Parts: sequence; C-alpha cells; structure tokens
Amino acid sequence: MKGIVWKYGDNVNTDVIYAGKYTYVILPPEEMAKHALEDLDPEFARLVRPGDVIVAGKNFGCGSSREQAAACLKYAGVQAVVAKSFARIYYRNAINLGLPVLQSAEAVEALQAGDEVEVDFAAGKIRRGGGEFSFPSFPPSVLGILEAGGLVEYTKKKLGKA
Amino acid sequence: MGLTFSEKILGSQAGEVVTVSPDFVLSHDNSAAIIQEFKKFGLSRVRRPDKIVIVLDHIVPASEEKYAQNHKSVREFVSEQGISRFFDVHRGVCHQVFIEEGFALPGRLVVGSDSHTTSYGALGAFAAGIGRTETAAIWATDEIWLRVPETIKIEFVGKFPPAVSAKDAALKIIGDGGADMADYRAVEFGGPAAKDFSVASRFVLCNMAAEMGAKNGYFPPDGVTRLWLGGRAKEAFQAVVSDPDALFEKTLTYDLSTLLPQVACPHSVDNVKPVTEVEGTKIHQGLIGTCTNGRLEDLEAAATILKGRKIHGEVRCLVLPASQEVYLEASKLGLLTVFAQAGCLILNPGCGPCLGAHQGLMAAGEVTLSTANRNFKGRMGSREAQIYLASPATVAASVLAGAITDPRKVLQ
Repeated sequence: MKGIVWKYGDNVNTDVIYAGKYTYVILPPEEMAKHALEDLDPEFARLVRPGDVIVAGKNFGCGSSREQAAACLKYAGVQAVVAKSFARIYYRNAINLGLPVLQSAEAVEALQAGDEVEVDFAAGKIRRGGGEFSFPSFPPSVLGILEAGGLVEYTKKKLGKA
Repeated sequence: MGLTFSEKILGSQAGEVVTVSPDFVLSHDNSAAIIQEFKKFGLSRVRRPDKIVIVLDHIVPASEEKYAQNHKSVREFVSEQGISRFFDVHRGVCHQVFIEEGFALPGRLVVGSDSHTTSYGALGAFAAGIGRTETAAIWATDEIWLRVPETIKIEFVGKFPPAVSAKDAALKIIGDGGADMADYRAVEFGGPAAKDFSVASRFVLCNMAAEMGAKNGYFPPDGVTRLWLGGRAKEAFQAVVSDPDALFEKTLTYDLSTLLPQVACPHSVDNVKPVTEVEGTKIHQGLIGTCTNGRLEDLEAAATILKGRKIHGEVRCLVLPASQEVYLEASKLGLLTVFAQAGCLILNPGCGPCLGAHQGLMAAGEVTLSTANRNFKGRMGSREAQIYLASPATVAASVLAGAITDPRKVLQ
C-alpha cells in the first residue's frame, strides 16, 4: 500500500499525539481520529489519507500510557509509524492495537515530508522511488499478536473464544 | 555471571521475552475503557479479582457528566466482579494509595495502565506501566508478555545541599541523559548515599524513571524500606537484589553535594537548566503536589518557605496533597493552614491539573511552574501556554516572587 510521508522530530510525546482532555472520554474511532496530533500539527487530522506513513526521530510516543495515542493514528488511516526508536509503552500499545511500528534510522534519515512510499510488510521493506530500506523482523511473541490482528483477537483465540 | 534484580524477578536474562503472571494489576479512571475491552473477550468473570487494584484519581470528583458515567460503570463493575481493592474518588493519586495500602512490597511484580507505575520500585518492587488493552487481557488471562530489560545503574554519593532534593537529582539526570536515556531498560538506583533517601524521595526518582523512558526504576530494599512498610505490609516479603557480579549496561555517578536546584523548561522534560539560568522568568501559577511531589516531605519543604509569607499578588498557587492520608497528616501538622494563609488554593487529593483534564488549566500565554513530571505542550490547557518543572522548594520560592526563583536565596 502506498502513502505519503508526514515527518516529525525526536521525542514526539503522547500529549501532542492525543491530548489529555480527550483521554478519559470514551470516543468512537472516527472522533479519536479527528484529534490525532492536534497539538503537534493541527493540519494533520484534516489532510491525512489512508495509507499515509508517519516518520519520526527517536523515542516516538514518550510520556503517558494512553492507548488512544496509538489508536487515533490507526483510525486516521496511518499505515505505519517509522521511527529511530519508540517509547516502550507506545510500542506495546501499537502492537496490541495492530498499528505497525517500524524501527529504521536509515529510513528516517532519508525520507522527507511529502515523499510517496510503499510499505511491504512481508518483505520487511519500505520503498521510495528506486530506493528501499529494511526494518527488523518482530520477535515471535509480538508477531503472533500482529498476525492475529491485535491483542484482543490474539487473546480470544487463546481463550478459545474466537 | 550474576543476575540483576529485573532478571531475577522475570526469571530470565536481559533481552529475552517472557510470559509472566503479575502480583497486582493497577488501573484508574481508565478502567471504564478497560472494562469495554474486557467485554470483547466474551468472559463473564475476571480471572483473578484479588489481583486487581482500581483507584479513581484522574478526574475526581467528576467534573462533567461523561466522567461521572465512567466512574459509575467502574463502581458497578467492581461490585459485580467482587474486586475488593477498589478506592473511590476521595482516596488520592493511585500510586500513593497503592503504596499506602502496602501493595508495593519488595520482590513483587506489578503492572499498571499508567506510565508512572514505575514508582513502586521505591519499595523494591518490579513495577512497569502498560496499556489498556493489555490490562484487559490480564484481567482475562492473568498473563502478560514482558521483555527482560537491561539495567542502567545510577549511584549517588554525597549529601543534598539545603533546598536541593530528589526532584533536582531526577531532573539533572534526565537533562544529562535525555528523555530516551533508559528506553526499554531498568534503572537501578544505589551508591553510598542511597540509604539517606527517604521512601518519598526514592518514589520521586522511580516516578521520574518513566521520564527517562525506563521500564522500571528500583531502589534495593533496606532498613528505610522495612521501617516504612511496618504496619502497612499485610503479607511477608523477601527482598530481591541484584547479585554483586550482575551485568549492568552502564553505571552513572552523581555527587549530590554539588547539585543545584534544577528546572525543566518547555516543552520537554529533558530541557533542563540550573535554576540560576532561568531565574526571573515570570509565572502565573504554581502547582505543588501530584504523584511526583505530593507527599508530606514535599509539602513540608514548601511550607517551610511559605510560612508567614504571602504569595505574589499576580500568581495563583495550587496545592494538591497526593492522598487523603497525606492531607490528614499535613492538616495535623498545620501545613494546610500555612498554605491557605499564604494565599494558596488547596485542592482535593488526586491528579488534578497535571494531565490537563480539569482544575487549574492555563489560558494562552500563561506559565505554570509545577512539581509534576511532564511539561509537554498543551498538557495543562492551552497549547500556547508553558509549563516548567521543579522541586517543591523551587515552586514555593517562585510563587512568593512571581517569577522563577532560586530557593536557596529564600532559605538563607
């Protein structure tokens, strides 16, 4: 799937991804998507298209454990977040919700806002024009959750409820 | 090769992924959303109601009907599921209530759907923040996967100078190392000065370990720990400590005797400067409290400075004791009177304005100096407002002057 790159810096925190004032209200997915990155890039939620990719520096998603910071990007249509590194709770939340989080410093250095990219999950590649960047494969425990489509489906299978 | 504390608790070597059964799983107002996730599993009962701890603290008392509805759904759920470790809106910040109730014991494994769950390392527990969906999954299965972290050791030597405290040490460490200095890792605090840290001060460091990116923070249990737990611990416990030959990723050393009061400047916790470099920055609001600095020793540090004085006429100062227990102790010691007479506004125990959902939010152009743990853009109201972070002593000195002030000057 192809999409456009949205590029941000280091330490993009959960408050600017999804503000605290919405965190304790239970909102439907389309409403959550409307507030994505509100305090970082107020234009993002209006202009993002399905398949777009967020590219950021180190420690993406630092701060709160709020899961909506992953959910709002998924519901906004973001195909994947590519970063130099991720904050650990954000990483878990993204996997648990089925939002791919890909670590590639090389891709982050090279990709620019507005680039058109394609993410090939099977091959572990991000492609732009002629070039391509690899991202490491997930550990087996994590892959199982992603393959099931998130932790809810994974757990249902484990419980024999799927 | 010996093992680190984290390797012992999780039963495997750093880098391995293990599936474990936690001793406790904490959640707060977000339990309303976790209940909705739990219902997706099609189960009628949680697996281990005795391991679930729920504290309503984030928006208490409910400031809007939608929050009241969330609280109501949580109360109904705990009643229906037989969850006895439930603490309603009057008790205080979840992390403070958790330790006061004696749930955080040496050697225990705790996870919580709040990033500052790391705080319980102050009492020698392994404690890490997790997300909502996985909290629901623990309610269903009593299991979670965790990666065994590598460990960074931070050793303290020397003694704090007057008006310098654990918060300054935490900010200094984060300023030096950056907000990702301990991503995916454990931080173990130690060194010859560790024994001089009170439980409240250890809590500050382990709480702020979350701002280093750490999975958990940890102080090895000692006499200070056991003394504090006397009368609180309801079960026997055994300390778990790193082996003398355990492998640490690196060791950092901080000399407390040379430490200056520190301030984290907008809009990131690692944008740290000594107070001397930001003195004179005008503030509109001071905030003393939260899970980071709302314990008795924090309120005492602030009250020592505010006693018999009035805060600046163009500044408001909010004081939030971390729990009802702290509130009562502060009341007995006359600290609440000191704050009220100085012109502060005393709020009920809870998370209050820290997360920006209610109480004490800022308008565009305003500045708050806070003892909390985060200063992200837009966190306390307008995205055009600014948050600085400091110790209770620095906030107290600054609300008197109406501008960021070195507390050492006021104490002289």
